[in-house]
Amino acid sequence: MSIKVENLSYIYMKGTPFEKKALDNINMNIANGEFMGVIGHTGSGKSTLVQHMNGILKPTSGKVYVNGTDITGKNAKDLRNQVGIVFQYPEHQLFEETVFKDIAFGLERRALNKTEIEVKVKNVIKTVGLTQELLNRSPFELSGGQKRRVAIAGVLVLEPKILVLDEPAAGLDPKARDEVYALISNLHRKLNVTVILVSHSMEDIARLVKRVIVMNQGTIEMDGTPAQVFNQWQRLEEIGLSAPQMTHLMRRLKSICPEINENTFTVSEAKEEIMKYIRVNK
Amino acid sequence: MIKDITLGQYFPGDSIIHKIDPRVKIVLTMVLMISLLLIESYAAFILYAVLSFTAVFASNIPIRYTLKGLKPIIFIIIFAGLMNILFTPGTTIFGFKFIRITHEGIHLAVKMAFRLSLLVISTSLLTLTTTPIALTDGIERLFAPLKYIKVPVHEFAMMMTLALRFIPTLLEETDKIMKAQSSRGADFNTGNIVKRAKSFLPILVPLFVSAFRRADELADAMNARCYRGGVGRTRMNELRLSRVDFVVCLVVIIFEVLLFML
Repeated sequence: MSIKVENLSYIYMKGTPFEKKALDNINMNIANGEFMGVIGHTGSGKSTLVQHMNGILKPTSGKVYVNGTDITGKNAKDLRNQVGIVFQYPEHQLFEETVFKDIAFGLERRALNKTEIEVKVKNVIKTVGLTQELLNRSPFELSGGQKRRVAIAGVLVLEPKILVLDEPAAGLDPKARDEVYALISNLHRKLNVTVILVSHSMEDIARLVKRVIVMNQGTIEMDGTPAQVFNQWQRLEEIGLSAPQMTHLMRRLKSICPEINENTFTVSEAKEEIMKYIRVNK
Repeated sequence: MIKDITLGQYFPGDSIIHKIDPRVKIVLTMVLMISLLLIESYAAFILYAVLSFTAVFASNIPIRYTLKGLKPIIFIIIFAGLMNILFTPGTTIFGFKFIRITHEGIHLAVKMAFRLSLLVISTSLLTLTTTPIALTDGIERLFAPLKYIKVPVHEFAMMMTLALRFIPTLLEETDKIMKAQSSRGADFNTGNIVKRAKSFLPILVPLFVSAFRRADELADAMNARCYRGGVGRTRMNELRLSRVDFVVCLVVIIFEVLLFML
């Protein structure tokens, strides 16, 4: 499914002395099946932007279209159900007595019968890499990484065609983080889900996505491939961000050995590049 | 969503009313409220209204903000007014079957409407122009003498400060959880009362969990900074009376004298 954002502005607490413009005339298109990253400094409006994508926030002005239909429209309820949002620290939303019930929460609102629900929950628990034994446990006795996955499963079980993840790896240890990202990449590849990933980590963004949007003070500052965006590292630093560490390393190396390609953003790319250089110049 | 509620009510500003010492403001508000309950003549009510609106005007707070506080009590005013009109004994001016409207009833109703709305306006002026922190500071200082009879004044004030401090945080949290659950298909506005009450469970459970977590973390943080109650504790902002406070006190005293002469 595709998303089109048109002249979108959003103002928090309009008409009070606490009024704050969070989004300022945003325009963008996201194609079906795209894997897009959104980066930006705290308070740049990235979370506000993604919360418009399933109509949770209503634009102060402007429109958000999903597959060509206005998402805030009266008949767009089904459409809104196609967009799944995983909020920051999603494990804070767990509440049921058992993991099973918590994952099934959204399904029960959709009037499915018991067997359908059971099949879907059992499928999704496998997708997120947890075992079925956990289904009867209380979500509150799981580890942090497990809780996170249960919460993500609670969104995935609704089979969204567009998946928005707001800092899905925040606060996780490196192993759990890699697993969560592997899960997301898998979903994107196998089910052709359109994925929008909000993150602070330039490394993760560089590794995963094909297109990056950089937000700054409620506007889109840059929009392009990771290479195009990270090339403007000076500008990124001006707005409180930075290029991945590998970019900095490769830039330094280039000043010593000019043949090297400094447009590398991940550890594995950098390794290849350095190996190539060594082989050629042996 | 829920974030749009202005709770705690403080309206930032730099007016004379904002600058009055919170202790003075609390005491004067109490004095004015008590006198509002004692006055009887219409002239006194009008004088009181004039003073209230002068204060609102001096505080630079938009008038609709002050009047917003009246919305929830409109029903009470109308209901109590009707009761007064219908059931006060006295000289009947209109009678129909069992309905008897009396002269005294109408007077009572009008005065009560005056009382309630002026009460709300003057108290909301207090909360609108004083930060919650200054307010609890003021309360703590005013009740400080109670320490000698072993009332834990400081602890109560600290509890109030913390509670007020966490209102916006918990509201934000509620907002976030509501968004997350409605993204999963939760619906808070349909169905009968039981169903609706039940639909708040997915919000309340996570909210309590996080409130307890925050409380734990806060207790640890306070311990780590050697918090041990009010004994020997000094303050970052000492409250000091200034000229403004004396002038305002004087104005209120003159006003009170006028009020009871009318």
